[in-house]
Amino acid sequence: MDSSDQTTFEVSNLRVVRNGNEILKSISFQAVPGELIGLLGPSGSGKSTLMRSLLGVQAITGGSARIMESAAGSSTLRGRLGYMAQSAAVYLDLTVEENIRYFAGVLVQPPSEVARVMDVVALTTFSRRLVSSLSGGEQARVSLGVALLGSPPVLILDEPTVGLDPILRRDLWRTFDGLAKTGVTVIVSSHVMDEAARCARLLLLRDGTLLFDGTPASLLAASKATSYDDAFERLIEGE
Amino acid sequence: MSLRRALLTSRRILEQLGHDPRTLALLLFVPTALVGLLAWSLTNDPGAFDLVGPKLLGVFPLIVMFLVTSVITLRERTVGTLERLFTLPLTKADFVAGYAIAFGVLALAQSVLVSVLSYTWYGLAHQGVPWRVSLVALCAGLLGTAFGLALSAVAHTEFQAVQFMPAFILPQLLLCGLVIPVSQLPSVLRAIADVLPMTAAVHAISPLQTNAYYVGQFAIMLTYILIALVVGGATLRRVTK
Repeated sequence: MDSSDQTTFEVSNLRVVRNGNEILKSISFQAVPGELIGLLGPSGSGKSTLMRSLLGVQAITGGSARIMESAAGSSTLRGRLGYMAQSAAVYLDLTVEENIRYFAGVLVQPPSEVARVMDVVALTTFSRRLVSSLSGGEQARVSLGVALLGSPPVLILDEPTVGLDPILRRDLWRTFDGLAKTGVTVIVSSHVMDEAARCARLLLLRDGTLLFDGTPASLLAASKATSYDDAFERLIEGE
Repeated sequence: MSLRRALLTSRRILEQLGHDPRTLALLLFVPTALVGLLAWSLTNDPGAFDLVGPKLLGVFPLIVMFLVTSVITLRERTVGTLERLFTLPLTKADFVAGYAIAFGVLALAQSVLVSVLSYTWYGLAHQGVPWRVSLVALCAGLLGTAFGLALSAVAHTEFQAVQFMPAFILPQLLLCGLVIPVSQLPSVLRAIADVLPMTAAVHAISPLQTNAYYVGQFAIMLTYILIALVVGGATLRRVTK
């Protein structure tokens, strides 16, 4: 991104009601280029729904979500948001290379981009393996590789570190941090509170409500807790 | 619509099938084997295969393509790849055209294989024109693909998709003239049968008709293919409610 004062996300009073249940209750926040945002909260708190709303694949009941000055779901955003869903959402019956090549083709990326991405997610040695033969963590890396194609200015990653070993998880967080430093806005969801320390900014969700928006240090300071788990519990108790 | 993205999608689908020899065998060889089985079973009834065999060339591709397309498309919806694709610059038309092209290629291969074997090894002596029989088999395969795409939207699981087959295919099978000639059906059923795509496939194979008659039958099939592709595209939702 070339303009640091440009807003990447501008979410205002966002509400999502699905099958009569209010999944998101008036969520508001903003983000600027280069932020590494952790979207944390327990399972069922609305993290995935919020991410899908930003992507424009989840219908919004009220409020608004604008990404890079376009309404969420706008056709101008297609291909500019790197997305990794909770499920791998890649073709299990294709090889790693065939998967990445197909999505790169849809994004009109050159063959060199396929090689670059496989290198970033450390899957070059698996390039000819069927995705179905890979472990869950390796499948997640294929999915992340697809999200990174074309170096999009925004990455929306839904629980990308679930099921990964600690070393790989550390390496991925380093990758996210490195991308943020180049101006990419990265929003990463997790239900593991320990991952809060790796983010520059936290959004804590519970039952569709945004409980906290700030830095990890300010979360600990405000809650007078020593761990992020404790901090989250105190926030809930203080609701 | 982007022809480039549609062709990329077709290539991807064909690559997927290339890694799945069982499905490929189901698509290419099962109709051929079934027609061969019929020819063998009618060995002692000279002329019977010449009467029934060509009709089956219009029926089997429709059934097989319907099954495979509905399951593969449903999988695309349920595993999240369709949602991911719709966050990218791929339109519904690109997606549907990609499927139609990929399965069209397979339907063509299937129709050529089954027709060539029928006219050679199985000894089919049909008064109709062989290329028209192959064309009907191709249209029937495309019909199955288009209906599979459309009906995959209604099913929530692969099991449900398979369950649609008896509900959707069997009534057509009973009314298309394979069991009882359409002309002998009660008037209401005859009126229904006359506008069903499988009946059109069977009629288009029947010999000794006028050119206008054949054009009419192909028009019925093409209309159904187009409608089903449009419905199939319309059921693909970019946004979840």
